[in-house]
Amino acid sequence: MAKAKTKTPKPEELAKIDYSPPEKHWTEVPVEFRPGTYCYGARPKYLEEVDMPNPREWQPYEDDWKLPENWKEIVLEGMEDRLNKYRTFRLFMDICVRCGACADKCHFFIGSGDPKNMPVLRAELVRSVYRKYFTTGGKLFGKKAGARELTMDVFKEWWYYFYQCTECRRCSVFCPYGIDTAEITIMGRELTNLLGCNTDWIAGPVANCYHKGNHLGLEPHTIQSNIEMMCDDIEEITGIRIEPTFNRKGAEILFVTPSGDLFGVPGVYTCMGYLMLFHELGLDYTWSTYASEGGNFGFFTSNEMARRLHYKIYAEAKRLGVKWILGGECGHMWRLIHQYLDTWWGPADFLEVPKSPITGTVFENAKSTKMVHVVEFTADLIRHGKLKLDPSRNDHLRVTFHDSCNTSRGMGFFEEPRYVIKNVCNHFYEMPENTIREKTFCCGSGSGLNASENMEIRMRGGFPRANAVRHVNQKYGVNMLANVCAIDRAALTTLMQYWVPDVEVCGVHELVGNALVMTGETERTMDLRLEELPGKEEEEEDV
Amino acid sequence: MEIKDLLQDRREVILKKWFDVLLQTYPEETSRFLRKEKDPFSNPVGSAITEGISGIYQSILDGVDIKEVSPFLDRIIRIRAVQDFTPSQALGFLFLLKGVIRDVLLKEISKRGLDEELHTIESRIDDIALIAFDIYMQCREKLYDLRATELRNMTYRLLERANLTKDLGNGQEGVSD
Ligand code: SF4
Ligand code: SF4
Repeated sequence: MAKAKTKTPKPEELAKIDYSPPEKHWTEVPVEFRPGTYCYGARPKYLEEVDMPNPREWQPYEDDWKLPENWKEIVLEGMEDRLNKYRTFRLFMDICVRCGACADKCHFFIGSGDPKNMPVLRAELVRSVYRKYFTTGGKLFGKKAGARELTMDVFKEWWYYFYQCTECRRCSVFCPYGIDTAEITIMGRELTNLLGCNTDWIAGPVANCYHKGNHLGLEPHTIQSNIEMMCDDIEEITGIRIEPTFNRKGAEILFVTPSGDLFGVPGVYTCMGYLMLFHELGLDYTWSTYASEGGNFGFFTSNEMARRLHYKIYAEAKRLGVKWILGGECGHMWRLIHQYLDTWWGPADFLEVPKSPITGTVFENAKSTKMVHVVEFTADLIRHGKLKLDPSRNDHLRVTFHDSCNTSRGMGFFEEPRYVIKNVCNHFYEMPENTIREKTFCCGSGSGLNASENMEIRMRGGFPRANAVRHVNQKYGVNMLANVCAIDRAALTTLMQYWVPDVEVCGVHELVGNALVMTGETERTMDLRLEELPGKEEEEEDV
Repeated sequence: MEIKDLLQDRREVILKKWFDVLLQTYPEETSRFLRKEKDPFSNPVGSAITEGISGIYQSILDGVDIKEVSPFLDRIIRIRAVQDFTPSQALGFLFLLKGVIRDVLLKEISKRGLDEELHTIESRIDDIALIAFDIYMQCREKLYDLRATELRNMTYRLLERANLTKDLGNGQEGVSD
């Protein structure tokens, strides 16, 4: 027996690795740019197109970021500007008591286990520099007062962690002082942009949007033919030919949706739902091939860029002479309309207060912006019994709903999507309470982080969301994750493929399109994905 | 008494220790959170680890069945495959169990002359580590696969009607949203 004992290698010998991370203070651990954790640096052509500073070829993993010699001055001046301009920024720098209530609420911290993803530490990255240069205590006592010098390592650390925050605001829900770390990230990103350090994934759509009106830089004929292709599919499914109009002056309503709905899967199915609904209602509306993007990656760059890109929707509404604007299922578009538009451009007084031509409902909530969310619009139609619906056509789906950060925490939009889903589906199941509504977990890819090169970070950040989906998948057999945001439709699809591969992703209006009984339609044998409807014939009786 | 009975008797103690040393692979603030927060939705990593190690442990007692142990390994490895770990760090948690078992049971094992059986148990852990390695690789490959699929999905319609846009497909293009 004793022999065997000596033969058995000690476990330490089997794996001579120290598994514990280095015991150093967080301020002293510089970031390491490992592939999968960061986005590529913005290409110069994109920065040049919108007059952003310091266009050059660069990558975050390179030692030399090719910054101007006076980079530090630029950043500190930029900080001072913003401290003076935005009261929230200064307040958030000053009032945090480090109670830690926010610390474990960020999906990136929960999924990555990296303490610098705790909102309180994320903010501390900037706060420590703020103390050093803008507070007396910090100037006098330096490190002892939690102050630190702005060095190249610190700047790189900012970059790493501000492009690792989806500006989702979940942390702010739990902060007793209402400190919104998303706002600190927004400021941090503005500062990185002063030195030309945007990501390529954000800068590209910004430049494209500025020139062509949408993220991919699609030209009018492409947009039109993509939508016509969806109409071909709709005809195949329903036997009905839809002829939408484009850039039509004098239409009552302008419809704007994120461009992901125009060319991406599963966004196109949501778009087919819109087309079918508007056709069935006989809505007097038009598409625009210029205001062809609901998204605004300017918002992930700087306040000024967001403001600049945003107005195209309203300029187009003015040019076409519509009465009001209907907006598709998008996330950050709605946060901007709801929280920023009035400050940027004042009330859109050249438009009329939106009134549903079908139900007569006046959308008082959109009195100033003149823009109504399509899910609100549809909920109102259902409420007034204006739609003929056959929810059994969604019986092959067991659905749960993901509240997008922007529509939930950015505009308090909770009931309408659920109301619509429950009317068009027979099987709906909520995820656990602490993962939905205002406490919803982010998809992990918002705020321009939905690039593909940072896939690891996205999978970490999306894990808490995926984990809740996994729960309803196992408990209720949920196989469809509905949402009202284009980034979600793309990003959650990928997230599910990694974490819960049985679950697919859809927009709410795809479900509406499936259930909508259209005048003169042939019997449906396919859903909007052109997939066969299982067992449809037998169930028809019960409806 | 067989070693299996010993392992069964001391299951809770061993699992708790294993959980603790596994948590030490995370920074201190993180391991504190992973240990403390009991809600499985607020702390999905902690709860996946708990669930995972308990299933793996059972499989070590019962004899390794790849089908049975895989979902439990997957629970933990899928997470560690995307966290800031090298492959050996990501999978090293399995070997930590050897140390824990020895810590808790070594005296009794020697007393009862069960060293040979300990050896069997430890080689089961090695077998599981091999399965774990495959799962880890699958997770990593999946990540690469997802990158490609996602770009294709995002531009599905356009690719269907090829040549409508220039500049697509170098993996760096602005096709967000
Ligand atoms: S805004 Fe969201 S991503 Fe950013 S720190 Fe807060 S919880 Fe994390
Ligand atoms: S919850 Fe608010 S006050 Fe407390 S640490 Fe977080 S940001 Fe600071």
